[in-house]
Amino acid sequence: MSLVYSEDDRMLADTAEEFLLSKSPVAAQRTLRDSKSALNFDNDVWQQMVELGWTAITFPEKLGGLEFGYKGLGAVFESMGKHLTASPLLSSVVLCGSLLEQLANDSQLEWLNHIISGEKRLALAIDEKARHEPFNFQTEAVDVADGFVLSGKKVMVMDGLSADGWVVSAKHKEGVSLFIVPFSEDVIVKRTNLVDSRNYAELTFNELTLPVNALLGNPGDSIDAINHSLDLGRLCLSSEILGASKALFDMTVEYLKTREQFGVKIGTFQALQHRAANCYVELELAQSCVIAALSNADDTKSDLGLSASLAKCQVSKAADLITREAIQMHGGIGVTDELDIGLYLKRIRVAQMSLGDADFHQARYGELKNKM
Amino acid sequence: MVDLEEFRIQVREWLEDNCPESLRTPTPDGELIWGGKTPNFTFDDQRLWFERMRDKNWFCPTWAKEYGGAGLSSKENSVLESEMRKLKCRPPQINLGIWMLGPVLLKHGTEQQKQQFLKPMARGEVRWCQGFSEPNAGSDLASLRTSAQDMGDHYLVNGSKIWTSYGDKSDFMYALVRTDPAAPKHQGISLLLLDMHSDGVKTAPIHLISGKSSFCEVFFDNVKVPKDNLVGELNGGWQLAKELLQHERSAMSKFGEFQLPTHFDLMSLFNDYMPAPHTPSEQSLFYKAVEADMQEHAYNLTVQRLTQEMQAGINNFGLMSIMKLVHTEQEIIKFELLLDAMGYRALGWEDNNFTEQEQAINRAWLNSFSQAIAGGSSEVQLNIIAKRVLQLPENKGAQT
Repeated sequence: MSLVYSEDDRMLADTAEEFLLSKSPVAAQRTLRDSKSALNFDNDVWQQMVELGWTAITFPEKLGGLEFGYKGLGAVFESMGKHLTASPLLSSVVLCGSLLEQLANDSQLEWLNHIISGEKRLALAIDEKARHEPFNFQTEAVDVADGFVLSGKKVMVMDGLSADGWVVSAKHKEGVSLFIVPFSEDVIVKRTNLVDSRNYAELTFNELTLPVNALLGNPGDSIDAINHSLDLGRLCLSSEILGASKALFDMTVEYLKTREQFGVKIGTFQALQHRAANCYVELELAQSCVIAALSNADDTKSDLGLSASLAKCQVSKAADLITREAIQMHGGIGVTDELDIGLYLKRIRVAQMSLGDADFHQARYGELKNKM
Repeated sequence: MVDLEEFRIQVREWLEDNCPESLRTPTPDGELIWGGKTPNFTFDDQRLWFERMRDKNWFCPTWAKEYGGAGLSSKENSVLESEMRKLKCRPPQINLGIWMLGPVLLKHGTEQQKQQFLKPMARGEVRWCQGFSEPNAGSDLASLRTSAQDMGDHYLVNGSKIWTSYGDKSDFMYALVRTDPAAPKHQGISLLLLDMHSDGVKTAPIHLISGKSSFCEVFFDNVKVPKDNLVGELNGGWQLAKELLQHERSAMSKFGEFQLPTHFDLMSLFNDYMPAPHTPSEQSLFYKAVEADMQEHAYNLTVQRLTQEMQAGINNFGLMSIMKLVHTEQEIIKFELLLDAMGYRALGWEDNNFTEQEQAINRAWLNSFSQAIAGGSSEVQLNIIAKRVLQLPENKGAQT
């Protein structure tokens, strides 16, 4: 298991950094928030990401991908975290793309082509509760002649607004199944505004009729695929949280070196030095878990669940610590909207609760470990 | 130089012929052999293995032959080490002199010192101890006060050292002493080699909360030390001490290979002592254990990452500086959780109603506190991260 970035990964990371710094700096996210954009991400920037090949990074060449691996994609997500860039890369490409890669039949693979080319995007509709519980849901699909009828309600659908379609999990008489639901006026889409000002939707399906070919994979046989795709999403999200935390920590260390009180730089105070050192320790430990999980996604997929849960849990805890310390060490100015700290705090809070928070992943790690 | 593969074959054959079967097992507690005037052999194979390795000059394989080494290149040395590991050969001896002082003497010693000290060291004839810490100089090592007064033809040493491992069993000490009390604290220190059998040297063992220990206090009352035993420049000892301490890490890692494991698998012991947790308190404990297990997993991955970064030639001082802190702090937490899970079974003291393992866990728990203090306390580690890694500004009031 390789725990260092390769030369190629590093080049990709440098390109991402350069691109995002010029096209999507933190200031742009602030503007996006204040303009109350309908989409909540910048579609021009998104299309340029597509042109840079980011939507193709992980897919095999025969499906139109670059076969580059998750370590490279992780580096891109880390950079997006640093700049707080909003994009449908996670929702459409990592989550829905990887489900299609695992389960799609020939005609459904068209969706994957469109996702990679950026012409269309899908969003994953899985959560129904206040917390992430991917296999606790009521949405139901009933067999009818020539297809299915879908009923239920999904929440926290990332980038679910203005999507070209959704991948929806539902109970079916055979068990947990997945359906591709193309955009339709019959689906009730409600905007959800969250603290991080990104694109979230609540979807309601009222006896929606779907054709046979809406079913993704075999009925009742999607649990492993869902777990696998969620794990891929979790490790990309972990990379994003790591990047955001690093940026926030760097800002804080810089502030400790410049802010003066009592006639000295506040960074000379040992009470703050030790707390900053502890943040550094937690960041480095989390970094090891994230890169190990990315590496596992590329090499052996056998214990991806364990390593994805480890990464998401450790990085979420480190991020919580760093956001708290960043605000406290900045003092009064840390709670003003003028500084970017609040933007990081809000995004990190949402990201760490998405796809399972630290407690979810700690419990899951314990279960998976027990089975080993 | 022979071809490496050929060398490997020669080494393997020699080890197979010469390492007694009885010594191809992990070293049990109490069977470590310490080189010195009277090595502590308990059975004859140990003596045989010691003498064969000694006569091969493989106690310090990379040293030059003129100083008692075998003149191996570092690649050849890696071959030797890996072949010894493969055959599970016990280390023939342990010797702080070779691992810590040796490299410093090779670099900074006079020719006479090298002849006088390195050769017997390389033959395992002298047991060395380290005299750094003092009762009033712990984390603030540079404030040490043991003095060496220039008496013309010798130094007169007065003062005391503490936390000297095996001070009572050693033949020589490499000691930091104050040679200029008027100079700023880092600039008045010298490195002196001191015969522990001299008149005026007294040792007293230290009992720890975990019971007997190898630590001693050492007292010096007008001890005469020849002037030739000064290493490097007069008042230049602090620099040498820093070099010495750099070797401590690699020396400690050698200890780690055959001493009591400090890593233990918390989840499997939890399973033994608290199978199928069902009460709310047991379940709460179980999740705390999972949390500790995940943190240890993160630490283990970080060890792997550090190794890979080093191999890739990436500067990783920052990562290196967190390792001791993280590991020792995690071990304390793990032991406390294990005690919680064991309940009363964890509390036995010199009572054979408790199993050996139960009592060993108890001692190891008590010992875990020492680990976060010895070799640079956790607070010193945090200072190092804050100043050298994060480069936070210095507090002018404190001298470090």
